[in-house]
Amino acid sequence: MMGPVLEGALAFGFGALGLALAMNLWRLFKGPGLADRILALDTMVINVIGLIVLAGIAGGSGTSFEAALLLAMVGFVGTVAYAKFALRGDIIE
Amino acid sequence: MTGALPFTEWLVAALIVVGGSFALIGSWGLVRLPSLMERLHGPTKATTLGLGAMLVGSVAWFQLGLGQWTTHEMLVSVFLFVTAPISANMVAKVHLHRLRLGEPGAEPGPAGAPAAPPGTADWATHESPHEGTPGDFVGD
Repeated sequence: MMGPVLEGALAFGFGALGLALAMNLWRLFKGPGLADRILALDTMVINVIGLIVLAGIAGGSGTSFEAALLLAMVGFVGTVAYAKFALRGDIIE
Repeated sequence: MTGALPFTEWLVAALIVVGGSFALIGSWGLVRLPSLMERLHGPTKATTLGLGAMLVGSVAWFQLGLGQWTTHEMLVSVFLFVTAPISANMVAKVHLHRLRLGEPGAEPGPAGAPAAPPGTADWATHESPHEGTPGDFVGD
């Protein structure tokens, strides 16, 4: 089913996304501001969605894409809620 | 299915490599660039585009390689492309707000700190809503 070309590409993709997550984690710890940390968390969510998609291709089943969709929605809501809290001191006014 | 065509495999592999590269470049920009207004470009543009390439590759693999029609990737990509600018706008507003409050870590970008809003106008602050704007509870 899956040839060596696609297996190599998947290995590259997993490696690249893992490295990207490590960089996001560095920015999350380093800061320096609150906005940097919100941005790092948002980017981590996007990279994790990429990991789920690649795992779905590698496993050959589409069941994990529900998790990707859910993560895309929850990640956006989380980012907006955090930003709103930083801006207004309240999430739902 | 007797197995994927070589063309399909090369196409999906190329899309995955391009997507992984863009995601990596976006996160590298998040680490490398000097101020938040510049750092905002990496994740919101490069990483979103990279994820879009990976999602297109996933659709192509399931359709051409395995013969299954999946639409979840389309939903994910549409949702992501709609929400990425909104969350970037919110993060930029948090940054400007912190800049005005004088947070120690917040330094202005190459364009300098924004000018103070004129008169009584204010955006993105802790002040209560002004009369006539949504949420002022005057006419409720």
